[in-house]
Amino acid sequence: MWQALREEFHAKGFELVTVGLDTLGTEACRPFIEAANPSHPSLIDQYHVMADLFGVVNIPEAIWINEDGIIVRPAEAAPPPPMDSPAMNPPAELPQHMMDIMGEAVKIQTDDDGYHHALKDWIENGDKSEYVLDPESVIARSQPRDENKSLGHAHFELAAYLETQGQHQLAIKHFREAHRLVPDSWTFRRQAWSLEIVGDGPFARFWQGPSEGKDWPYEGDWLTDIRREGAENYYAPWSK
Amino acid sequence: MILKSQQISRNEFETGTGWKIKPEGACKGEICVPLKSAPGDVVDVKKIATDMNLPLVAEEGQGVWALGPDSIGGKTLATATAPNLTLPDLDGKMFELSSLKGKKVLVYAWAPY
Repeated sequence: MWQALREEFHAKGFELVTVGLDTLGTEACRPFIEAANPSHPSLIDQYHVMADLFGVVNIPEAIWINEDGIIVRPAEAAPPPPMDSPAMNPPAELPQHMMDIMGEAVKIQTDDDGYHHALKDWIENGDKSEYVLDPESVIARSQPRDENKSLGHAHFELAAYLETQGQHQLAIKHFREAHRLVPDSWTFRRQAWSLEIVGDGPFARFWQGPSEGKDWPYEGDWLTDIRREGAENYYAPWSK
Repeated sequence: MILKSQQISRNEFETGTGWKIKPEGACKGEICVPLKSAPGDVVDVKKIATDMNLPLVAEEGQGVWALGPDSIGGKTLATATAPNLTLPDLDGKMFELSSLKGKKVLVYAWAPY
């Protein structure tokens, strides 16, 4: 979907850079990247530098950068391009927990048409586009960050590193600190939850919550947190 | 950024944090933070972290530290100048965002979970 958009506008001086945020790194991202077979740069971000540098707090999100290397829209929810797709029929034998997750996921709201209208306008009109923000607005709209959040980012990065070193229990300790200090980051939570792998089936990393016979080391989990915060608040609403 | 030592090269610091060390201080875009003592080729991470108010977290038993990002101005972005995002692709080849100067770029964050 994004690949098609990239091909359509590449000749107009547009490039797409995709970044997979996953502490498990290359091997976890490889099947998805190889299936997409991208002609654009497709990168791996094990420590979530996208959170440090751009303030990514959920996925998918995107940042727009102009020809001079100036950010013209900071990180914001980036829904896939609208297209006619048949309604998805969930597999019949889905575990109840996954049915519950899908029940919340369908309530998540994104403005696909608004976002992609704006994106095409920017590709066509560049800095003259009405959707381009001036530098002051870009800074003002970027995620709030105080000393506690900065500290939380350091804990997250340390957790991700420890996980790559096979120190899962130490990683949990620092992921928990990151969650406490940066409570509005869904990616910091989803990443940690996805490492509590349930079974070896297709849901292994999407379970994102307690399962029978296994300790759950985190305060929250995907279902509990989205029900508390409201699926409609999962992404900040898109605005011009 | 992840550190195995509290003394790192200036280049490592600049690539890892996005802050360039200049005579006027540590700079990113049009923003410069004055430093008490200008580092040479080697950066003392503890000192510069104090000067720039960057958090430094240790896991002592593993001999590893993480240096967190700045919180200047209470926002993620201190400047609208894009940082030079530097990350590997599937083959481990490093990509730099600055190589796309002259194009409009959409940087898209996704995850396989």
